[in-house]
Amino acid sequence: MTESRLIEISPLTRVEGHGKVTIHLDADGYVDEARLHIVEFRGFERFIRGRLLWEVPVIVQRLCGICPVSHHLAAAKAMDMICGVDQLPPTAEKMRRLMHYGQVMQSHVLHFFHLAAPDLLFGFGAPAEKRNIFEVLQQQPELGRRAILMRKFGQDIIEATAGKKIHGTGAIPGGINKNLPLETRDALLAQIGDMEQWAQDALALARGYTLDNADLVQGFAAFPSNYMSMVRDGDGALDLYDGNLRALSADGDLIFDHLDTRRYHEALVEDVRSWSYMKFPFIKDLGPDHGWYRVGPLARMNTASFIDTPLADAARSELMDFSHGLPQHATLANHWARMIEVLHCVEKIRELLHDPDLQGSDLRATGKRRQEGIGVLEAPRGNLIHHYQVDENDQVTYCNLIVSTTHNNEGMNRAVKDVAMQYISGQPQISEAMLNHVEVAIRAYDPCLSCATHALGQMPLQVELFGPDGALLDRKAT
Amino acid sequence: MLLIGYGNPGRGDDGLGPAFAERIERAGLPGVTVMVDYQLTVEHAFDVAGAGQVVFADALIGGAGAFRFTEAAPATDADITSHSLSPEAVLTLARTLYDAAPEAHVMGITGQDFGEVREGLSDPAQGNLDRAVEFFLDWAKDRR
Repeated sequence: MTESRLIEISPLTRVEGHGKVTIHLDADGYVDEARLHIVEFRGFERFIRGRLLWEVPVIVQRLCGICPVSHHLAAAKAMDMICGVDQLPPTAEKMRRLMHYGQVMQSHVLHFFHLAAPDLLFGFGAPAEKRNIFEVLQQQPELGRRAILMRKFGQDIIEATAGKKIHGTGAIPGGINKNLPLETRDALLAQIGDMEQWAQDALALARGYTLDNADLVQGFAAFPSNYMSMVRDGDGALDLYDGNLRALSADGDLIFDHLDTRRYHEALVEDVRSWSYMKFPFIKDLGPDHGWYRVGPLARMNTASFIDTPLADAARSELMDFSHGLPQHATLANHWARMIEVLHCVEKIRELLHDPDLQGSDLRATGKRRQEGIGVLEAPRGNLIHHYQVDENDQVTYCNLIVSTTHNNEGMNRAVKDVAMQYISGQPQISEAMLNHVEVAIRAYDPCLSCATHALGQMPLQVELFGPDGALLDRKAT
Repeated sequence: MLLIGYGNPGRGDDGLGPAFAERIERAGLPGVTVMVDYQLTVEHAFDVAGAGQVVFADALIGGAGAFRFTEAAPATDADITSHSLSPEAVLTLARTLYDAAPEAHVMGITGQDFGEVREGLSDPAQGNLDRAVEFFLDWAKDRR
């Protein structure tokens, strides 16, 4: 081989939004550079400016239809701060938590059963026509039916707490606009036993996959990095809704801990690179080269001291044992972590449904008005930050969002390069199976590029191979 | 009959599906259940499987007329490539998991202004919506 080449994977399949991968090969066919690009950008932050603070928790759900609840709650938390509310009434906080656990659960279930399962069950290099969810369902229809009922359970919780599927209005600045009627509670409780059993079965599948394929998992896009997530104030437990920020090094040493989420901008900096619309956040004290970090389910397992629900905590201990007590770096271990979180959410939902505070009537608090609000939570894909400033007319003058996929930008780029070097370097021809390996690595982060770039849409995979003079040498599409 | 209108009302004419569903719901047709969502997802297969007839209402990009009303069926090459599904993929799921094959149609309403973060329909889309609603109310009266 005597000429350098460029391979493009554009757009990505089973990934939300517009993105593409470019892989630059040198004259000997070895990977020189591999990048995940975001190819479209529409300014949501600008759209928010001028809006009244009361409508922001509803409007932000229009960012993307994939995880509107996360944006709804993060914005509501920011508006709590602006309204001077530092402590919600118990009913309000518990209703919001119930909404959030329902959202995380249903999002993780969809990703594992419908988006990741074909790769995990049939292999990354299996023929594309077999690597299909309908092949999975033909073989295991009961699995598919359970996944749908788990999704519906999560959606029912969202509807019961947010009010409706589109543009839910449940969370309002300073509280919530409704409690949970007893008949709704009882209908959800009637299903909780099945949910817990099915969550444990799903966890067993993800755990079994990881352990049965330990060599593959530990050798596939497994690289050291820093990790960041929110953990519970005080004891450092996993907390998806509220807490402080904690960051760990690849060796598990604390980089920062108990950082008030309202001070996130003192610790994190967003870098811009000319070839991507998506920013590259890093930990300020470590700089861009060493300060990048990963977020998401696996990061949360690494950073949390423990989980406050017994079944999920035992499962997390097993995951930590798999990496000998140190942070787990394998990208594919995200699947195991994701299913631990599903079980955690189901346990928390059960706990909340038995809590009489959900039927309370003190729904909203008030306080002394502030000009600035920052709301942070752990969304299904990882940490989510909403930051607003408002003027004396209650109109938003500043908005900054850091979504999970943006936090993971550098990590996903490293995963792409790692896998490209392993499976594409030195190959004279690209195959669909080789390229799917790259996509599997990206998919493990369950990125939502729609959300990260504030665009919508997805298209089938296209791959183009260019010579050094820009001429198209090869093209593949699936 | 189950009607599912889907799309994102915060993305201009992408909100045509929900707008159509809301208009039909307001019409109060007996025997018609209306659902609204951002997109079709896997759990809609459960709802679809329990319906004798289903209509998916969505915005249409580049349509020749005001709307296009077509039959839909499970697709032999359907796949799930995203959190969002096509009507054909939902029907395939309903057939695969629940052995259900409801009569299905897609109401595609032509929009012009997609993608930008903007609320409300464009004037042409609003006119197309009116025509689609008029057609559907007439079509549905003999089908419920």
